[in-house]
Amino acid sequence: VAGGALRRKAFLIGGIGPLAALLWGAWHAWDVLDGGFVHESIDWVPALGLGIDLRFDAFSLLMLLLVSGIGTLVFAYALGYFGDTAHAGRLAGILTLFAGAMLGLVLSDNLLLLYVCWELTSVTSYLLIGGDGRDSAARAAALHALLVTSLGGLAMLAGFVLLGQQAGTYQMSELLADPPTGPLVATALVLVLVGAFTKSAQYPFHGWLPAAMVAPTPVSAYLHSAAMVKAGIYLVARFAPVFAAVGVWRPLVVAVGLVTMVAGGLRALRRDDLKQLLAFGTVSQLGFLMVLLGIGQPAATAAGCALLLAHGLFKAALFMVVGIVDHQAHTRNMRELPPLGAGWRPTKVVAVLSAASMAALPPLAGFLAKESAYEAFVHGGVGDRLVLAGIMVGSILTVAYSSRLVAGLLRPELLTPPRPVRAAAPAPTLSFLAPAIVLAVATVVLGVVPGVFSELVGSGARALDGVASADLYLWHGFTLPLALSALTVLAGAALFVARRRVAAVQAALAPSWSTTDAYDAAVRGLTRAAGVTTGVVQSGSLPIYVAVIMLTAAVVPGLGLVLGSWWPGWPDLVGVAVYVPVAALLIGGAVAATFATRRFTAALLLGSVGYGMALLFVVQGAPDLALTQFAVETLSVVLFLLVLRRLPDRFERRTPALGHALRIGVSAAAGVFVFAMAIAAAGARTEDPVSVAMTRQALPDGGGRNIVNVILVDFRGLDTLGEITVLVVAAIGATALARAGRRPTGAPHKDQA
Amino acid sequence: MRRSLILDTTVRLVFDSAVVLSLYLLFAGHNQPGGGFVGGLVAGAAIALRYVAGGLAEVRGILPVRPWFFLATGLALAAGTAIAPLLLGQRLLDHAKIEVDAPVLGTMKATSALLFDAGVYLVVVGLVLMVFEALGDDAPKPTVSDTKDVKP
Repeated sequence: VAGGALRRKAFLIGGIGPLAALLWGAWHAWDVLDGGFVHESIDWVPALGLGIDLRFDAFSLLMLLLVSGIGTLVFAYALGYFGDTAHAGRLAGILTLFAGAMLGLVLSDNLLLLYVCWELTSVTSYLLIGGDGRDSAARAAALHALLVTSLGGLAMLAGFVLLGQQAGTYQMSELLADPPTGPLVATALVLVLVGAFTKSAQYPFHGWLPAAMVAPTPVSAYLHSAAMVKAGIYLVARFAPVFAAVGVWRPLVVAVGLVTMVAGGLRALRRDDLKQLLAFGTVSQLGFLMVLLGIGQPAATAAGCALLLAHGLFKAALFMVVGIVDHQAHTRNMRELPPLGAGWRPTKVVAVLSAASMAALPPLAGFLAKESAYEAFVHGGVGDRLVLAGIMVGSILTVAYSSRLVAGLLRPELLTPPRPVRAAAPAPTLSFLAPAIVLAVATVVLGVVPGVFSELVGSGARALDGVASADLYLWHGFTLPLALSALTVLAGAALFVARRRVAAVQAALAPSWSTTDAYDAAVRGLTRAAGVTTGVVQSGSLPIYVAVIMLTAAVVPGLGLVLGSWWPGWPDLVGVAVYVPVAALLIGGAVAATFATRRFTAALLLGSVGYGMALLFVVQGAPDLALTQFAVETLSVVLFLLVLRRLPDRFERRTPALGHALRIGVSAAAGVFVFAMAIAAAGARTEDPVSVAMTRQALPDGGGRNIVNVILVDFRGLDTLGEITVLVVAAIGATALARAGRRPTGAPHKDQA
Repeated sequence: MRRSLILDTTVRLVFDSAVVLSLYLLFAGHNQPGGGFVGGLVAGAAIALRYVAGGLAEVRGILPVRPWFFLATGLALAAGTAIAPLLLGQRLLDHAKIEVDAPVLGTMKATSALLFDAGVYLVVVGLVLMVFEALGDDAPKPTVSDTKDVKP
């Protein structure tokens, strides 16, 4: 990736992309807020129904604000986070690529294009987590993320194809406007959900997200809070209003989302590493989003849109703060933090505001979102009450771990006994903190001016579900949701106050087994299975390979010959008298080769078979083939000699008698099969040979009188091009193999020395 | 490596003729027996003669470029000829031809297929050179499993 010379300034250039997208989005925002959309379409592979169809509506606007708004800020933040390393340039490049893929994902109207962008985000995320590839933990985490998300992606692709085939279109807007029905649709939806669950880190696929925290914090702030993990949520949100009632969608999404929300919150309570705490908090919030946007009810959808935006703002800001702490104090463990002195006040304010929004305290954006979520479920039946209870438990946990985060930053002595005083960490510069300040201001503004928030969220929700509307106010009066919110905050605070007892209970109840262990076991098992399979299939014995190939060739089509009525009768074996001596040369050479005891003799005898073939071509009147055959045979003998110099002079005769008989049997089977196949194939012709047309067309079309050559360079020119490409690859491969075998191990390569 | 004077001299005589023959086969190929593949093989055989006379050093001394130059040029030439018609709005591998009436030589005809064939020729020559490069240097002693008359 270019950018090595630019160092971290590459982030300035990379930031142009998301910034431009943001400005474009703002420019077109007025077109889509009242329900319109912008549409662009370019054909790509029309035969597959794959086109670059981009559709920008109000929900896409919401996602675009997240992806490119937070993206721009993350680029600005990375400028302060990274020193001047060459690595930073590479990172900036991949981060830009990721931002582009994510934008494509949320703007795509074509399911297949969406899949392509989806996988692009997986791949770029792999590169970003893996870093420069020198840290084995980072590599393992990157692989974990890639395996889980791309396996889910494959399931999703299968779901897309099923849906697309049922509906007869891969256009998401058409598909959702006129949803397909049938037994396959329910299956397809479950497959799509698997993809969304893996991407959005839902239980039991969530393990990769906390592991991915080894990535640099700007990457985590962007991919693992604001952008990539929202991809699954985005997809579910698009599908839910139409498909929530089909099959197991609603129970599955709600159950998985609630389990994720509660389990993620419980795990977040037990983490001392600030980034890990945020990671599990993100898992929990993603579960919440999954419930809201996946249940397919208008009010919940609107609440989900609000939470989507609020979560992006506060979580990215919190990640940035944790990154700043890590950068300045060289630790993220809240039990080891040095005192954060006077200069840290702005940072702390940002952290407290964002954490308060996460805990849904008024008057912040998170509060409005949570309030509307409660509002969406209080009026429903038993099912809605159950969901409400679930998200309340999750929210209580959210308040508790948010408190823990704030306490860790502000009053660490609350969490740990006093330690020997460490040197205070230098405060961050204002420009380093600026992006987080912007996010915190947005959190406050959206909370205090709910009109803007309401407008954005309402339009976004309407783009998903025509009857949805958002009605966000700070003060609804003394309503049930408000009481529940108060209860949530109190219970969360109580959990925090009783943290020692809670921790003891959690430690006692902690399962001895986690999904990460399951992943590790699966990967180990796969590796072992691959090893065993390779050991069996690739024995390393050349004779066995050759025997397997020849037997397969003889038996598979041979069975067809034996079972069908294929024998066309003996052909005219001796057409011209010259055949007899030529055939004698061929047969004699071949038979003699099997009796040769020296490799050199065998090579020469095989050569005589080749020359015999060339003679046969001459007799048949094919000078071109004969010429080629002669040249090939001559060179083959020379090449044989080159190789034979390295081999023992004589064949080894160490095979047991049975092995010998087996070899004769395999050879005989292959020989008989080829003979029978040649006669059967020659007798099976039903159409005029293609050579008739080629002979006729050679001069007018190909401009040559040598038909063989015209076929090679014109009629079958593409084949020839492919063949010479294979020749080049083979030449390079042979040279590399021959040299690799001879270079002393550990010695530097000639070119590098 | 000990060199034989007779072999050396003969090979030098034959080598140039063989290369000319290979070029003739390449150019004549479109209308008479021959073509890039055969031409390349004949040139390869000529190179093999030089190898027999003087070993790998002799082969390397024929031309100032390394074998992969031939591979790369040949493949680029063939692929370029194949793709060029696409840029001119025609189909892949459409060949153009021109006829020139020269005063003494008579009617000469050239088609772009010749360029394609030249690519094939170069790839084949490059392949032969690569094989000599890979296997042609002084061989290590064979592993002695038959103890009788092993020649180094």
